[in-house]
Formats: sequence, C-alpha cells, structure tokens
Amino acid sequence: MKPTLGQKLDQLARNLTPFALTLILVVLDLVPLHLPSMARVAPMLTVVAVFHWAVYRPYLLPPSAVFLIGLLQDILGGTPLGVHALVLLSVHGIVVWQNRFLAGKSFGIVWLGFALILAAACLEVWVLMSVFHGTLIDADALSHQFLTTLGFYPPLSWLLIRWQQTILRVD
Amino acid sequence: MVGQRPGPGPRIVAIRQMAQRFTYATLVLASFALLMLSKADTALVDGVRAKVVDAFAPILDAVSRPVTAGQEMVATVHEMTRLHEENARLREENERLLRWQTAARALEAENASLRDLLDYVPAPTARAISGRVIGDHGGAFAHSVILNAGSRDGVRKGQAAVTGDGLVGRVAEVGRLSSRVLLITDLNSRVPVLVETTRTRAILAGDNRERPRLMRLPNGAAVSSGDRIVTSGHAGALPPGIPVGIVASVTEGLIEVQPFVDRHRLEYVLVADTGLTGILASDPSASDGADQ
Repeated sequence: MKPTLGQKLDQLARNLTPFALTLILVVLDLVPLHLPSMARVAPMLTVVAVFHWAVYRPYLLPPSAVFLIGLLQDILGGTPLGVHALVLLSVHGIVVWQNRFLAGKSFGIVWLGFALILAAACLEVWVLMSVFHGTLIDADALSHQFLTTLGFYPPLSWLLIRWQQTILRVD
Repeated sequence: MVGQRPGPGPRIVAIRQMAQRFTYATLVLASFALLMLSKADTALVDGVRAKVVDAFAPILDAVSRPVTAGQEMVATVHEMTRLHEENARLREENERLLRWQTAARALEAENASLRDLLDYVPAPTARAISGRVIGDHGGAFAHSVILNAGSRDGVRKGQAAVTGDGLVGRVAEVGRLSSRVLLITDLNSRVPVLVETTRTRAILAGDNRERPRLMRLPNGAAVSSGDRIVTSGHAGALPPGIPVGIVASVTEGLIEVQPFVDRHRLEYVLVADTGLTGILASDPSASDGADQ
C-alpha cells in the first residue's frame, strides 16, 4: 500500500527531529548555568548526539546536517569557524566507517566505542586549536570535559533511544 | 528502507556511495577553508558571527531566563536562612563604610580645590550600559559570553565590560541586539594593567586557564602575591583604575593573577562607554559594523 501525502509529510517531520534535537542541544550548551567551574567541565552534548545518530540512524543526521550543527556551534560558542564542524564530521565519518563494530552491539560496547571516539575528538579539537593559535593550549579543562561528556552519554543516549522508539516509530 | 520493493541495482548503489563520499569530502574541505578564513579575515568572520548571534539572541534570552530565575530563588532562600548573621555583618560593614565616606568627602573637597588651582580638565565620565549574560558556552576553548545588549543600546567594540567586582573583559563583537565579551582569561585577551601599589606597568595575558598571567614587566620589578592589579588605561583601550584581580602566586618567571570576577556568577554586566576610541576601534570595518 502506497503511503498517502499526509503520511509522507508526517514521516518527514518525524525524520527531521534528530536534526532539530541536536540544534536544541547547541542552544542548551550556551545557557549560563551559574555553577562553579561549569565552564571547565561543560559536556560536549553535540558529540554525544552526532555519535548516537551515526550509530543508530546515520541517514537521519547526514554529513550536511552535522556540518551545519558544528558551524552553528562555532558561531555561537566563539570558537574559530570550522573547528566543531570538522570534529563532528570526523565523529560521524569514523562511526559510519566502522559501523560493523558498533551497530547492534550491547550498550557497554557502544559506550566503550564512544569513549574511544570522544578521546580522538578531544585530541582533534586540541590539535586544531593549538595550530590555529600557534601555541600549545592547556589541555586540563579538556580532560575534565572528556570525563563529564562520557558521564552524560548514558542518560542522553537513553533519551534519544526512547525518542527513536516513540516518535520515529522505527524498530 | 521497508524492503518490500526490489532495491536499486548495484551500479546505482555504487554511484550513490560515490556521491556520498564526495559530499563528505567537500564538507571537510569547506571546514578547513572556513578555519583559514577565520584566521585570515577576522573582521568579516566577526561580522557574520554577530549577525547569526543576533538572530539567536531572542532564543538565548528566553532560554536563560528560567535558569536565572531559579538561581535567584535559590539565592533568596539561602539569604533568608542566614538573615541574622548577615545583618550583623552588614551593620559592621556600614560603620566601616561611614568612616570611609567621611574620608572620601574630605578627599573630594581637597581634590576639588586642588583641581581649581590647576585648571584641571576632568576625564570624560563613563556612561554604563547594562546587559544580561544570555550565553556562556563554557568548555576549554571559548572564554567568552554573549550579552543581550548590542549596538542598538550603544555597545561598541573594544569597550570594557565590568561588574561590581571588577573587570570582566572587553567587547569583541557587536551585533544589533547582542554582543560578545571576550573574558580576560581568553587566550586572545591582553589587558594593559598596573600593580596598584608600585604603579608597575604590565600586560595581563589570558591563556585559557582560570588565572591569567602578568607579562612584559620591566626588569627588576618586584611583584608579590597579594598585590592588587588594576587596569592602567594605556593604549586607550580601557578606562584606567578598574580592579582586575589579585596576584595569587609568583613562581620563577610566572606570575598568576586571580581575577576578582567569578565567571560562573556573571549575570548582569555593565559595559562602560567612556568615549575612548580604543585600539580596536581603529579597525574601520569594526566601527562601520557597530554604527549600522
């Protein structure tokens, strides 16, 4: 049975939600929480989201969407344009490329995979920023961010999986 | 996706894959190109950035409101629980301040009479524009905050951003509704300062850590921990005498300054419009962007 126009539009709107959700994460990242030392431990929420969708539904957050999200993050966050775009594209690229190691695996394995890719992403940000500014940048705060992002992965990923099952109506 | 129809032929799959790889490679190259553009043409990039931040300013403003409100509520409850000791402290402080007021009045009168004697032309008084912090990205690399005040409110590039505690940073980008303040801890921040007691000139340089460093001190200058650091007003970039921080540690060739302003407590910020043109405003595109 062919889907009607209404059904098609409905599915399209649902399929756009991963992009919209990730955009919301970019904005949430910017909300001043007024917590001591928050600036030094702020989790990299967009890396979690890009990783998640690349593992489970890569076609719902394609490279062009990943690029736009990274660019917006650079613009709003005040980092040189292209840094986060490159890092998020790398995360997406590595996950899609190595998908057989992650797709359909248990949560523990996927989390471990996330830890490795996040470490690579942190290293990439550090290298890009150091080269851009022509000096070795202090990596202390970045290591804190690595740990908080790793900690934020399970709850955020759980929420996104719930979203996938209820809103996207797949699986 | 559903698997009911026969899939596309192998050739189409191969072409589609190639197209996907091509798109991916193009986007990676575009990112590198943007990175180089950010390095090469900062005025253009800042202009674009200010416009996009402006577009997002109402959203950021709305989203940050409940957080601020919640924060204020917690603070109110916290204050109410220690009203008694706070009262005692304030009474004591009030007494101390009254003594200071007497001293200040005497000095003011003396100052006025001395100025009369010298035909002194007073420095232009600063007009302050207040803005609320609506964006603080945090993270290891972005030491800047977004304010909900822009060129419409009179904010200009290069102006000093202060709170009651001291210097926050300098306005780096201005949009119509919003502006970005580069904090003194940012890697790109350089502030001409003075050691308050000895009047030794130095540059306070941020390095993305919590404590910026004092650099370019004259040979043989003595700085010890506990010294107060204030802006010097040299280079016309910032008004003189704004408190910046206190020397926290002096080790071999490394003097760290603990800023008076806590980044996480920034809610409202004053942008001081002193009428100084500043070194940044000499950038023609910057002032054009601000005037529009």
